[in-house]
Amino acid sequence: MATLLSEQKPEVLERVNANTAARKQKALLIKFGITSLAVLLLSLWVMPLFYGIVTSLKTKEQISDPKASILPAAAITVEFEGKEYDVYSVPFEDGTVRELALYKKGRQASTFIDPNNLSAEPIEWEGIWRQLEQARTVSPTWSNYPEAWNTVKFGRMLWNTFFYATVGMIGAVSSAAIVAYGFSRFDFPFKNVLFIILISTIILPPQVTSVPTYAFWVSLDMVPSWWPLIIPMFFSNAYNVFFLRQFFLTIPREMEEAAKIDGAGPLRTFWSVILPQSGPALVAISLFHFFFAWNDFFGPLIYLTGARDQVPITVGLTFFNGIYASQPQLIQAASIMTLIIPLAIFFFAQRYFVQGIVITGNK
Amino acid sequence: MSFVDEVTSARKSRRLRWRDMSKLKKHEAKWGYVFISIWVIGFLAFYLIPMVASFAFSLLDFQLAKPGEIEFIGFEHWRRMLFEDELVWTSMRVTFVFALITLPIGMFVSLGLAILLNSEHLIGRDMFRTLFYMPSMIPLIASIFIWSGVLNSQSGWLNRLIEFTTGYPAVGLNGLRWLDSPNLIYIALTYIGIWGVGNAIIINLAGLQSVPTDLYEAARVDGANWFRRLWSITIPMISPVIFYNLVLGLVGLLQYFIVPYILNGGNGYPENTTRFYMIHFFTNAFGYADMGYGAALAWLMFIVGMLITLALFGSARYWVYYEAESN
Repeated sequence: MATLLSEQKPEVLERVNANTAARKQKALLIKFGITSLAVLLLSLWVMPLFYGIVTSLKTKEQISDPKASILPAAAITVEFEGKEYDVYSVPFEDGTVRELALYKKGRQASTFIDPNNLSAEPIEWEGIWRQLEQARTVSPTWSNYPEAWNTVKFGRMLWNTFFYATVGMIGAVSSAAIVAYGFSRFDFPFKNVLFIILISTIILPPQVTSVPTYAFWVSLDMVPSWWPLIIPMFFSNAYNVFFLRQFFLTIPREMEEAAKIDGAGPLRTFWSVILPQSGPALVAISLFHFFFAWNDFFGPLIYLTGARDQVPITVGLTFFNGIYASQPQLIQAASIMTLIIPLAIFFFAQRYFVQGIVITGNK
Repeated sequence: MSFVDEVTSARKSRRLRWRDMSKLKKHEAKWGYVFISIWVIGFLAFYLIPMVASFAFSLLDFQLAKPGEIEFIGFEHWRRMLFEDELVWTSMRVTFVFALITLPIGMFVSLGLAILLNSEHLIGRDMFRTLFYMPSMIPLIASIFIWSGVLNSQSGWLNRLIEFTTGYPAVGLNGLRWLDSPNLIYIALTYIGIWGVGNAIIINLAGLQSVPTDLYEAARVDGANWFRRLWSITIPMISPVIFYNLVLGLVGLLQYFIVPYILNGGNGYPENTTRFYMIHFFTNAFGYADMGYGAALAWLMFIVGMLITLALFGSARYWVYYEAESN
């Protein structure tokens, strides 16, 4: 039945052409609709981020004034003869609107001066000045950032967080790699049972074991300090082990066999065959750990509360929030400072993330 | 395979016995034990022994402030917890009510966005994927501060947006007071947590991409429309992914603590609606430094969490589709 299109009668061809045109048009319409929907949803999705940025650049008054504009805008004023005058948008009968400073207030008519030409003749204007709109200009209050930085000792907290994240990362990644190697390359009795126990600990909330652990560290006189937070990281964590094991299982065994024939022992094989081939996976879990540490709250809260100089950003900002609740601009500035480093890392390394999440969550 | 699938398929694996093994195999096995010993030590030191110790603690009158006066009191803490301390049940109820509200919303949003980001009609897909995922990289503490600003009834943008688009007088003291009203607080907490669905979006997306396309083509030939294909092909095919997200979501919600703690110091405002179980636990164990009662509360949480997880895994075979099993 397959007749070539060119052998068809002209009217059939025309209909086919019209059909494809209509279909193309429909496809284009769907593309447009779906993409606009995505744009709309995305703007709602990231709207709070813009709120944070904009608010961090406002003054306290600009935030609390319900009539103030969305952007950080300040009223324009002009200094003349040693006094400050507010600038208003003044409409004239010929339809023009000029930005003039209110010089002398009157009930029915007022006197204005031109802020660009102060020495010129004052301008008389008939109308009620209270109904005029004040002229505003965008003026971000950049000083909120240094102020927030200094009030919370942000530099100190940043260093603490960075230290905690980095030391923990070294421990978590190296221990997980060793354990994952054991689970992925060796056969031993009770391996499956042990592995199931291992992954069950993912589901066990860490708080369940926190009471005796806390009492233990207190009895060693290590509270407040970083030790209770960092030492456990060197004993591997189920999530990382699972992740690396999944990855190691995908590495072909030929090279290991070759290394074995050359007389390499398990340690040597691990170091020179497995690790060099696991670059992306190791980067991915290092990043995961880094972000986990950046967010970690419960541990630092219970182990460091007594030591203000040692707290990471998460816990430090909580104190700050309590004290500066009436200074939302500082809180937003601190929030933006907190998120800028993780977001920057994310944009540089997003490929590793997405792969990593997919490896653990899926086939 | 996700770790959740690993648990459901564990039974089928073969068994290895020490006495059946050759000398070479034994040598290998010893190395295996050496490598995993790091985890075994960690498991004993930070999981198993603390679990047992936690139970022992729950039978003691043990105040951290008075370490010299530890006393064995049997199941007194358990009696008080189950029959006297009303806040236990309040906080349990609060945790589950919130889970029932926020989990379906979170799963719906993450699946919906994944479907959108998987659409072949979407122009600039990669860019949209990056941008939708980006906020989940924002540290929770920062998103809590940002969202509580957005949700502020007077100066927040959400109420301004609602008033601007619908005309409903949302702004002001008589408007929508997201963080102060017991009726709105769970929606507000859901907003605060919504950026966290980024991982679920990616996992859903990977699930969607693994559905064989010939299924859709066959359905199209049969005249199935978009909704029908979604309901009869997509959802069943990605049910393992949905299950995985459900397990992780529920486990995370049992530990829900940071948001209510930062918003109002864990005092339960408004009207105890934010007195989550973890808040109650933290207040007793670390606020009052009552190690004995805190340990009892931790154990109750462990039991409840176990029961829920078991129920979830038990239900899996009725609604989660595993390809390997049907072959």
